[in-house]
Amino acid sequence: MESKSFTTGNRDNPNTDLHGSKNMMASHFLRALFRIQQTSTSSSSFAGRSRRIRRAAYASMAYSAGARRAWSRALLRKLRSRARLRFPRRLSRTARPQRRDMDQAQVLRKLVPGGPSMDYCKLLEETADYIRCLTTQVRLMQTVMDSISSYAHHPMIP
Amino acid sequence: MSGRSGAITDEEINELVSKLQSLLPESRRRRSAGRVSASKLLKETCSYIKGLHREVEDLSDRLSDLMATMDSNSPQAEIIRSLLRP
Repeated sequence: MESKSFTTGNRDNPNTDLHGSKNMMASHFLRALFRIQQTSTSSSSFAGRSRRIRRAAYASMAYSAGARRAWSRALLRKLRSRARLRFPRRLSRTARPQRRDMDQAQVLRKLVPGGPSMDYCKLLEETADYIRCLTTQVRLMQTVMDSISSYAHHPMIP
Repeated sequence: MSGRSGAITDEEINELVSKLQSLLPESRRRRSAGRVSASKLLKETCSYIKGLHREVEDLSDRLSDLMATMDSNSPQAEIIRSLLRP
């Protein structure tokens, strides 16, 4: 079973300060997964469990960045308010032509937590960090997936 | 960085924009030789983030699927436990 450690994944990224938070992200997410699995009964809905996992993913991201980032602070607020976690993905079909980068910035603001209250410069900074964190979380989830499912296909027969 | 009083310089913006560009996947970068317009880059950034959000959702679904077959004594649960150990 090939286990590609997600923490060593991106070698051309000199952001080694991410390493500590990657571990935090991983342990937080795995603990949450374990809790979900423990409290999940046979009558739990697939959708409900999926929503909990998704929520755990964003929580892990937010906790790993903590209060250091505007996007993570906004995300933590959102999670604590127990509001429905939603990131708009459908573009509203307006007639306005999207010519200048200011219009695209508006679209971006809806995608990055806390975006609406950021000025352009801040938005770019926060976006970069948010993307780094998102890709790390995705890699983490992929690693967990691979670990579990490869086991399911090659179970150890006693 | 932009904490000084006064306007944010174009240079600072450009620096942030190229930093963003370096985070986008290789395939998108290669298509545009040299500098891209900020507008185009932001557009690519938006669709990249949307793609990542979709991936989180998709992986959540698949993990949910897998976990449906697990119980607390299953080997899969043990895997998760082992991933938690240092």
